Amino acid sequence: MKTVKTATMGGRIVEPGSAMKFETGDWRSHKPVLERDMCIDCLTCWIYCPDDSVLVKDGKMGGFRYTHCKGCGICARACPKKAITMVEEDE
Amino acid sequence: MTGNLGINGDSAVALAWKQVDPDVCAAYPITPQTIIVERFSDYVADGEVETEFVCTESEHSAMTVCIASASAGARTVTATASAGLAYMWETLGIASGLRVPLTMTVANRALSGPLNIHCDHSDVMAARDLGWIIMFAENVQEAYDNAIMAMRIAEHPDVQLPVMTNLDGFILTHAIERMTPLDTHAVKDFVGEYKPLYPLLDVKNPVTHGVMDLQDSYFEHRYQVNQAMKASAKVIEQVFKEFGEISGRHYDMIETYKCDDADYVTLTIGSTAGTMKAAVDELRAEGHKVGAVKLKVMRPFPAQNLRDVMAGKKCVAVMDRHLIVGVSGPVFLEVAADLMDLPDCPKLVNYVYGLGGRDVMVEDLKQVYMNMMNDKQDKVNYLGVKL
Repeated sequence: MKTVKTATMGGRIVEPGSAMKFETGDWRSHKPVLERDMCIDCLTCWIYCPDDSVLVKDGKMGGFRYTHCKGCGICARACPKKAITMVEEDE
Repeated sequence: MTGNLGINGDSAVALAWKQVDPDVCAAYPITPQTIIVERFSDYVADGEVETEFVCTESEHSAMTVCIASASAGARTVTATASAGLAYMWETLGIASGLRVPLTMTVANRALSGPLNIHCDHSDVMAARDLGWIIMFAENVQEAYDNAIMAMRIAEHPDVQLPVMTNLDGFILTHAIERMTPLDTHAVKDFVGEYKPLYPLLDVKNPVTHGVMDLQDSYFEHRYQVNQAMKASAKVIEQVFKEFGEISGRHYDMIETYKCDDADYVTLTIGSTAGTMKAAVDELRAEGHKVGAVKLKVMRPFPAQNLRDVMAGKKCVAVMDRHLIVGVSGPVFLEVAADLMDLPDCPKLVNYVYGLGGRDVMVEDLKQVYMNMMNDKQDKVNYLGVKL
């Protein structure tokens, strides 16, 4: 919790990469789900993801970082093989 | 450069900037500030300064460029007036909220309409709540001195707030007065090398400025601005002291004139403070116990300084060159709130005067004292209006 004593002057963020600490996954109403068999590992989804929430392992599509994915659906729209579908969170 | 100059207020501010040689100046010309920007752009074009001069398409853009350049780590100056300051309004709050230590000179001019280009304080008073340190000048010398001192105040690590130095439009901006500039080396030594805190261009220490600041932390940041504003009083007094040592010109948050034994006192801002001293001298010669106080720094509001002087007086007239329509003058409200819990609080009255450049003569100001002495006045009075 930020107080008058701990808040930085003017709200400056002086620690690079600190967005990782701010989890936005609970903003999501729909989550992306990968159909692994249809994926060709082109990583178009990784290029398009605005929140760095597509995980890459050994150069291949490695699923999603659900702690930060806001569920915008851009990856599903961008996927050339339609291997990603957006599923409602409570389903 | 030494000795005296005959120079107008705008040119004196441009001269101060020339001697400082700031990194960036972004500005848009507007009467009666125009000469500042014209003279300074001459210095840039003639290679007398190394400043990056950005001629923007509006004041909103000018202030935005200034905020960006100061955030990047550049010592930044600008100037405006009246409608130009109004056009900057939303960005003024950003400058203070993001703790950007830039400095700006405002050539005070009435806000339209109907269209008026002459002096009153409606421009600065409409911007008084936005977190800027606000200083005023009684004469050309003070306008020059303030422009130099402002940088030291803004850039101090305990302050980190923008500073606005005001001078009365035409009365000071365009009138030629005798002025003693400092030697350029003395100016450069006084302001020193600018060491920005958390500059954006420090690529080894990346920072983010201007982030989203919602319910969980905005209040804390506004509180910090309030703390910095209050802490700035000490810094301002220290800067005044050091400036006095190199210039022989000694300033304080407020200036008192023949107040010690006075029963009736006025409080004035800007060039009228000089006229007021003449009125005090004439009334003193007639045996009246009168004095005058000049408010040099309005933000931070020098509450204790005013309480110390005003306590026990019979009557204090607060002179306002701006009218909060439907209320009174703004300085009156602040003084009244400041003094109200004094056990020996003087009777407080307000005089709204000089709107749109209406002349204020010694005789007019003597009448204010006569009204106080005869107790023939309203709580809020309109000096010089033709009813």
